[in-house]
Amino acid sequence: MGLEAVLQKDGFLTTTIDAIVAWSRKSSVWPMPMGISCCAIEMIAAADPKYDIARFGSEVMRFTPRQCDLMIVAGTVTYKMAQVVRRIYDQMPEPKWVIAMGACTSSGGMYRSYSVVQGIDQFLPVDVYTAGCPPRPENLLNALMTIQEKIGKTRARDFQNRSLAELEHSQN
Amino acid sequence: MNTKELIVEKVKEKFGESVEEISDFRDDLCITIKKDQIINLGKFLKEDLELQFIMCKDVTAIDWATRKKRFTTVYHIYSLQLNYTLRLKSNIDDDPPTIETVSSVWKSANWYERETWDMYGIKFVNHPDLRRMYMPEGFEYHPLKKDFPVLGIPGSLPLPNKAE
Amino acid sequence: MDRIKQIYNDEKLLKKLQEDQNLTIEDVLENEMVINMGPQHPATHGVLRLVLRLDGETVVEIVPELGYLHRGYEKMAENMSYIEFIPHTDRLDYTGTMCNNVGYVLAVEKLAGIEAPKRAQYIRMIVSELSRIAAHLVAIGTFAMDVGAVTMVMWTFREREKVNSIFDRIAGARFTTSYTRIGGVASDIDDRSIAEIVQFLAELEPALVEMDKLVLSNRIFIDRLEGIGILPKEDAIALGVTGPNLRASGVEYDVRRAKPYLFYNEIDFKIPTFSQGDCLARYFQRGDEVRESIKILYQCLDKIPQGEVIANDPKKVLSHKTEIYSKMEELIHDFMIINFGINPPVGDTYFSVENPKGELGFYIVSNGSGQPWKLKIHSPSFCNLQAVSQLCKGAMFSDVVAIIGSLDPVMGEADK
Repeated sequence: MGLEAVLQKDGFLTTTIDAIVAWSRKSSVWPMPMGISCCAIEMIAAADPKYDIARFGSEVMRFTPRQCDLMIVAGTVTYKMAQVVRRIYDQMPEPKWVIAMGACTSSGGMYRSYSVVQGIDQFLPVDVYTAGCPPRPENLLNALMTIQEKIGKTRARDFQNRSLAELEHSQN
Repeated sequence: MNTKELIVEKVKEKFGESVEEISDFRDDLCITIKKDQIINLGKFLKEDLELQFIMCKDVTAIDWATRKKRFTTVYHIYSLQLNYTLRLKSNIDDDPPTIETVSSVWKSANWYERETWDMYGIKFVNHPDLRRMYMPEGFEYHPLKKDFPVLGIPGSLPLPNKAE
Repeated sequence: MDRIKQIYNDEKLLKKLQEDQNLTIEDVLENEMVINMGPQHPATHGVLRLVLRLDGETVVEIVPELGYLHRGYEKMAENMSYIEFIPHTDRLDYTGTMCNNVGYVLAVEKLAGIEAPKRAQYIRMIVSELSRIAAHLVAIGTFAMDVGAVTMVMWTFREREKVNSIFDRIAGARFTTSYTRIGGVASDIDDRSIAEIVQFLAELEPALVEMDKLVLSNRIFIDRLEGIGILPKEDAIALGVTGPNLRASGVEYDVRRAKPYLFYNEIDFKIPTFSQGDCLARYFQRGDEVRESIKILYQCLDKIPQGEVIANDPKKVLSHKTEIYSKMEELIHDFMIINFGINPPVGDTYFSVENPKGELGFYIVSNGSGQPWKLKIHSPSFCNLQAVSQLCKGAMFSDVVAIIGSLDPVMGEADK
């Protein structure tokens, strides 16, 4: 395929650094599974032999935020848990993306009650929303592919023009 | 005589005047007793050799919003020997509502009573560790009371700021 | 020893320590450590927070804190009709979902005095036992993964995917199905599903043997679990522990035998019990219960009769869709049931079923209207977690993970 064939023919490759960096970032997205409730079981099912998520590059599901670049929030987020989710999001190094998996994270789901946050976009910047209760594993893989497309279009310049105050806040 | 009659007879014999009501709806026996006798009744039911109600399955409360005796605590206890689940109830009419704890009789009632305190605001006297169970510690309301709205009171629970 | 000398010779550090908290050097080296095993942790089976006080590696005291998944089920139930609450019961024990549905619907049927037809009862038994197998597979898989045998999770999930595709065929969704209705089940099962179930059972038994061979001859696995977290019989009863944990401590209590519901009194099955009460006994208990469920399923599939799958009680039970669309009476009844709810008599009932995690009970208080006045869920994981403080006292830190895995709590249920 592509890379090896070109290298064999000419022995060198001309491209932009942006393209190489974006290609390597999107081919090995390591998710941080924030599995809170029922959607977590579907997330584990997306990693099992039938719906293998490892073939998309997400082989490693580390549970530590310091080594991941994608946070999959799976499950109902309550007010008590929101503080914890925000703190873990802040601990992830840049660049980072968020998938809101399921109806509960997108908009509160079927829980219109006193203790459930009606959508995690009230305190987190979300990149992809996934519908379903719980979404099928194929739906989660589709969300992952959308994130990969989005990463493929990023450039290094996007991450440079952040003001110091914002950087300081997100690194605390 | 069958199990229900045995229990009713024994309880009436010992606690005749404190028993307020005995009902039998859909085949579930339920004994309502005055709230100051609840520990004595519990001990009696646990230690009696024929009855032996050693397992406490659940402790909860009902909020009758408009009645004078606003709360009723409900206890479900089970006897392995008789294979029977019994329900005990006790009405509370003081304000703020308090009742003695049964965690000295059944250890499993510890967490159930904490949950009832969290949800209804019923204080259990002499409880070893009365903290909130589900809501965060600083929360000022008791959610399952009938005057608390199901959508919650905005601003009662803090949310982290959204900063991109 | 060299480190202590180094600290003694470092004047500035010594002064800082002494003036900070009036400590001597012995205090600092021999203090106990308070550690937080936070809500987000790979091995706590959901969002459970544990605060531990450690003396070196030994746990002195442990305090669990719940409430990170409290979604307000009981408050919501007071504001919606009985039939609207069925999808919420799915999300209680989200590993074995059909059992919760069956339990809730049986409780409401007891209160309202409705009886479902025989075929519906058998279908409910079949899906309950399939959920029990699925839930125990998740429990065994994640338990073995916590202890270190990561392959088990892949193998058990491979078997669980077959159960999910059976549910997909029967009910339309993989696991949160809301399949049962008050008075029966939503739709009939066809012959293709039954053939799939039979094939699944035939493939499950050799798979269980394979999984056992994987871990049980492993010295490390046995050493990590044997003799850890022993729960004696009297303590298990006093603390209110239920389900496989209670049976692994020697108490022979199973709701399907004590108060048979559906048609369990016509089925022949054993109740496995173990007397040691340690983590290994709880692991074996779940494996044996899967084998018993396989036996129950074969018998149910033999005995299932033909007939209707929903009761014929127009004022309380929804009728068939074709009739609602074409006849006037059924349309009116449908309108009344959906908007105002079934109106059971005034009173209260308690009904419990045997969930894979333990005894799931519903206490419903009705005031005669279409919405319950109070609904209390007696969830087995909440009761099982009460035993954590006693089981972990005196154990090593890494045993805490094994003990929580063997108790198998599911936070959706424990936090309601």
